[in-house]
Amino acid sequence: MRHLLLTLLMLLAPPAFAQDLASVLQTHRDQIEKPSRRTIAPVIEALAGAGPQAGPVLEAWADRRLGLSGERFVIVEGDRATDAVTGTPVLEEARLLKPNSGVRGLIGAALVQFQLADSDPARRAAALDAIARAPDDTHLAALRAAGDEPDPTLAARRARLERLLTIRFDRDPQARIAAIDTFSDDTGADLQAVLNPLLATTRIVAPKFPEGANVAADLTPGEYMPEDEAYRLLVDAGLAPARLAPEAQKLALAAHVVNGAVGGVPVAELSRPDRRDAAYDALAAAGLVPPAATAAQVERAVSAHRFADIYTEPDSGVTDAARGALRAMALRQGVMQAADLTLDALSLASIYFLAAIGLAITFGVMGVINMAHGEFIMMGAYTGYVVQTLIGGRTLSLVVALPSAFAVTFLAGVVLYRLVIRHLASRPLETLLATFGVSIALQQIAKNIFGTQARPLTAPAWLEGSVGWGEIVSISTIRIAIFGLALLFLCLFLWIMNRSRLGLEVRAVTQNPGMAASMGINPDRIAMLTFGLGSGIAGIAGVAIGLFAKVTSELGSDYIVQSFMTVVVGGVGNIWGTLAGAALIGFLQKGIEVMNPANTLAAQTWMILLIIIFIQFRPRGIMPTRGRAAEA
Amino acid sequence: MTALLEVSGVTKSFDGFKAINDLSFNIGPAELRAVIGPNGAGKTTFMDIVTGKTRPDRGQVLWGERSVSLLKMSEAQIARAGIGRKFQRPTVFEDQTVADNLTMALKAPRGPFAVLRWKPSAKSANRVTALAGEVGLADRLARKAGELSHGQKQWLEIGMLLASAPRLLLVDEPAAGMTLAEREQTTTLLRRLAETRAVVVVEHDMDFVRRLNCKVTVLHQGAVLAEGSLDHVSANPEVIDVYLGR
Amino acid sequence: MLIRKHPSVLVFLSLLAIFTVAVTLMSEAYGSGVIATSTVKTLGKTLCLALAAVAMDLVWGYAGILSLGHMAFFALGGYMIGMWLMYARTGEIVAATLATAPIPPTPEELQQGITGQIFGVVGSADLPLTWTFAGSLPMQLLLVLAVPGLLAFLFGWLAFRSRVNGVYLSILTQAMTLALSLWLFQNDNGFRGNNGLSGLQNIPGLAEVPQAVISIWFLWASALLMAGGYLLATWLTAGKFGSVIRAIRDDETRVRFLGYPVEAYKLTVFTISAMICAAAGALYYPQAGIINPAELAPIASVYLAVWVAIGGRGRLYGAVIGAIVVSLLSSWFTGGRAPALDLGFARIEWVDWWQVLLGFGFVAVTLFAPRGLSSLIDVVARLRPPRRMGTDLGPDFSALREREAEA
Repeated sequence: MRHLLLTLLMLLAPPAFAQDLASVLQTHRDQIEKPSRRTIAPVIEALAGAGPQAGPVLEAWADRRLGLSGERFVIVEGDRATDAVTGTPVLEEARLLKPNSGVRGLIGAALVQFQLADSDPARRAAALDAIARAPDDTHLAALRAAGDEPDPTLAARRARLERLLTIRFDRDPQARIAAIDTFSDDTGADLQAVLNPLLATTRIVAPKFPEGANVAADLTPGEYMPEDEAYRLLVDAGLAPARLAPEAQKLALAAHVVNGAVGGVPVAELSRPDRRDAAYDALAAAGLVPPAATAAQVERAVSAHRFADIYTEPDSGVTDAARGALRAMALRQGVMQAADLTLDALSLASIYFLAAIGLAITFGVMGVINMAHGEFIMMGAYTGYVVQTLIGGRTLSLVVALPSAFAVTFLAGVVLYRLVIRHLASRPLETLLATFGVSIALQQIAKNIFGTQARPLTAPAWLEGSVGWGEIVSISTIRIAIFGLALLFLCLFLWIMNRSRLGLEVRAVTQNPGMAASMGINPDRIAMLTFGLGSGIAGIAGVAIGLFAKVTSELGSDYIVQSFMTVVVGGVGNIWGTLAGAALIGFLQKGIEVMNPANTLAAQTWMILLIIIFIQFRPRGIMPTRGRAAEA
Repeated sequence: MTALLEVSGVTKSFDGFKAINDLSFNIGPAELRAVIGPNGAGKTTFMDIVTGKTRPDRGQVLWGERSVSLLKMSEAQIARAGIGRKFQRPTVFEDQTVADNLTMALKAPRGPFAVLRWKPSAKSANRVTALAGEVGLADRLARKAGELSHGQKQWLEIGMLLASAPRLLLVDEPAAGMTLAEREQTTTLLRRLAETRAVVVVEHDMDFVRRLNCKVTVLHQGAVLAEGSLDHVSANPEVIDVYLGR
Repeated sequence: MLIRKHPSVLVFLSLLAIFTVAVTLMSEAYGSGVIATSTVKTLGKTLCLALAAVAMDLVWGYAGILSLGHMAFFALGGYMIGMWLMYARTGEIVAATLATAPIPPTPEELQQGITGQIFGVVGSADLPLTWTFAGSLPMQLLLVLAVPGLLAFLFGWLAFRSRVNGVYLSILTQAMTLALSLWLFQNDNGFRGNNGLSGLQNIPGLAEVPQAVISIWFLWASALLMAGGYLLATWLTAGKFGSVIRAIRDDETRVRFLGYPVEAYKLTVFTISAMICAAAGALYYPQAGIINPAELAPIASVYLAVWVAIGGRGRLYGAVIGAIVVSLLSSWFTGGRAPALDLGFARIEWVDWWQVLLGFGFVAVTLFAPRGLSSLIDVVARLRPPRRMGTDLGPDFSALREREAEA
């Protein structure tokens, strides 16, 4: 019946209308008035063929706005009514028709062709949306029947939709396969939604396979499926009796305790499984409990049946094509995901780089590990927060926050250097511990001042969006900004070290403090400035991190170990090493997260283990200081 | 005469700079040898390679009668095989007593568990006292090494070297910072030591080398430039070039 | 011999004995009851921490390896004993429950019951492989030493072999404990994730014995272990072995040229120290009652180093003094019993500000008293440091410096 309708619809291409609207309405008035889902199809079909005017009528009917005013059909619009055929206003009271949902569904399907031919592109797009939302086989015909689409974007969408519907609803397997093949470089979720149901399977248990079944997987027990599971399927299908569960056995035994014994076995002995079986067998022999299936019975039952997953889709050509297409799609998606992941890893690496660069400077130049580095990061983040509470405009506050974070942490660094580190010169382990003392104190002070709850550091609106390519690859703007910031600091660092007077003096002091001092450079001042610089960058990193993470007093300690790792892995005294270390750690962490997406803890565990092992092979990092100095 | 130490074709470069370039060197079981050369000639790197501190890029270092390769051994193994090294700066363990320093250096099993089981005996105590006497520190056995004067530390270190009884002794610039009398004493000691073992003295003080009165190997740019008696090598025009041309 | 050479050992052991007896005589269970059971437990725990500090001093003060992951071994010891405590105790409860059923349980059912009780909280029904020996006390006692010992051995072997030292090594040890704690935090690794192991104060088979009595038993056990550990550490550091490891601390390269396999020594000290730590942990956690992965956080290990530094590294009683003073002070301040300080413009609540005080106090000790609190003892005993004309004790970074040698 439906098939016939489709063919008819296709034949009835406008503008050759079989009958005009008025006569159709009059002919079928009774049926339109009291439609039934089973009989209304020819009427809708006739209406649909009654020219462009029929569109609004069908639409009104589907919306329950079509009414009868005496003999005439009227379309009700709010408190106005117009004649369905002539469009003249009608003043009399109209009685609205109330088609049921089944009928409305049929009307809606017929309507599609009108909507697709609408002059308003927005309505045509809406029609395509509606089809894509809830496609059914009548839409396929409508799509094929629809005339030329002037808008190229919509035309492409319509063609794509037509092919998707062909895959789902076409009768001809060849057409479906051909349609599947046209999607050779597509990763759309809609395509997946169409292809996946084609591969739906049901698990069957039967003495032999049904005729012409499209077998997805033959599950021979013991080979592709455990025997137990096979037997459970048999039991579920009612083809074999259930095995005796230990719990059921226990209940049965407990129900038959007679004079401290069950089936002649003393209760005390029933803590042994074999004695329990013996007791149950005795009970079964006495006919008190149903006999349990024996192992031999189970084996026989399993071997007498075949187990398989059968495709719901009968045509193997279609399932093959669908499987192939899905596989290709998975591959393409993999590539896209890899690209997305690379971006993620890159942004993670730039965060680590920002967090570690200050540490690398102080460690590389002075051989000092500053355990309070994490707290400087935190200090920078809180500075950002305080600035934001003082200055309203977010962009302005961010612009102010960056230099003030630098200033605050620079000062803190200088103070730390003057008061502590200077007095522990060339005793790195003591420095490490003393700065650790500073770190616990600073953390607690922050907790006392700002409380334990997280403080927001909100990014300006222009940093809140994200940039993406395709459906999978996307990166938030803020991360791009952080990447840019990292790049900026890399350049800044290179400029300071290689082009400025300070850099020259720093390098001199690093290589030979005694000689540098005799050249009139004050090593103490240089070390102080270097330490301040490293701390200042930590402050800026703090603002950057605070923009996407919550600002708490523990912010620093969350990043400190990764920062250490970055420096250690990268190798000391070389900015490129730090960069390489950050990249390695960022990519490693993302990579492990992908392999084990549910468990970020495991990812971190493995990352640290890998780094420990890495250090085995490159004890001096990726880019070690080379030459005779390194051998000493 | 079979060589005790045989270094052949050894090359080592740092970042493209060839510190040692195809160096070959032999020394017999009881021989005193001076290695001289200008700064950067590769003297220290040569010692580093022999003692296992630095691994050469190419070449062979063979040791002893059985010609064992030293290249696969760690510093500690090489030291246990009988190669002792005296650093230019006196390095003794300053936080420990002179007796402790000497006891540690005594020839005995070096593994951690053997050392844990090790107990001081009358014999070891006597040996320590004897060694201390030999280097003039008999009355300072219970003092911390850090309290000794520079010269005393030098002597303590020599005492420690004697305690482990090496078959080859590498001595790095022993004369540096010594008074004339101390130099005299050191020369005598080195010559006496060379009667029973091989001693290689790295030095660039020509005067001191002349006192040693032994075969001299001149290194230049990581290779042997000349070998022979001091008079012989001093007459070599290339050597003169190297020393005076710079 | 040991005592003759080190009179401080005798003093230490006597003080320990007097302390233990005194606490017992003032306890609720065996004496006047002046000291509450919870205080007895705190004292017992403090002894265990002090022993961990001794182990830390062994690696850091003597061998120059600043391990920032030693609490990992301490906690692992606790986990190993905790597994038995929890398994056996749950076993008792499950057996008691199942005993009322009409049919006696099979061993398998018993185990399933225990597993359900222990791992229900992390949604697991199978007994993890790591718990294979949890039912056997001797095996778990063996594992208390074996697991941390093996971990220390493997880690040390890898690290020392590639000559990682100084701050690098410290960071690596910190990474090790972080990795381990993150691993233990995962629910599916069989250690109950962040729930940890709990109810450890209930000793299987001793359900009838009141906690007041058990706390004294544990105090004695801790004191005995402390004494044993102290003697072991003294023995290790007293002889030639101690001489060698101190030499390694001060100048590793020179020791190598003396023919000593430096890596093997470091590995030995590191492993032994880890095992001492583990034994201390195995006594600590039954007194604490609960263990969870937060105990392995890197910060805990740094605190251990802080104790040793404050007490004075390079001498065993220094570590003990540091651990006892800092941990008792810490529990006094954080327990809210310290009177708040009124500055007029602000009130210093010590619960909030103790950490700040500790942090800055630690900086001050590092700066002004590198020899720590134990240098006070030197003043009393009139020990004088050697006069060294300002030079270092050795060329290595980890070596003692002139100022530290000053008492």
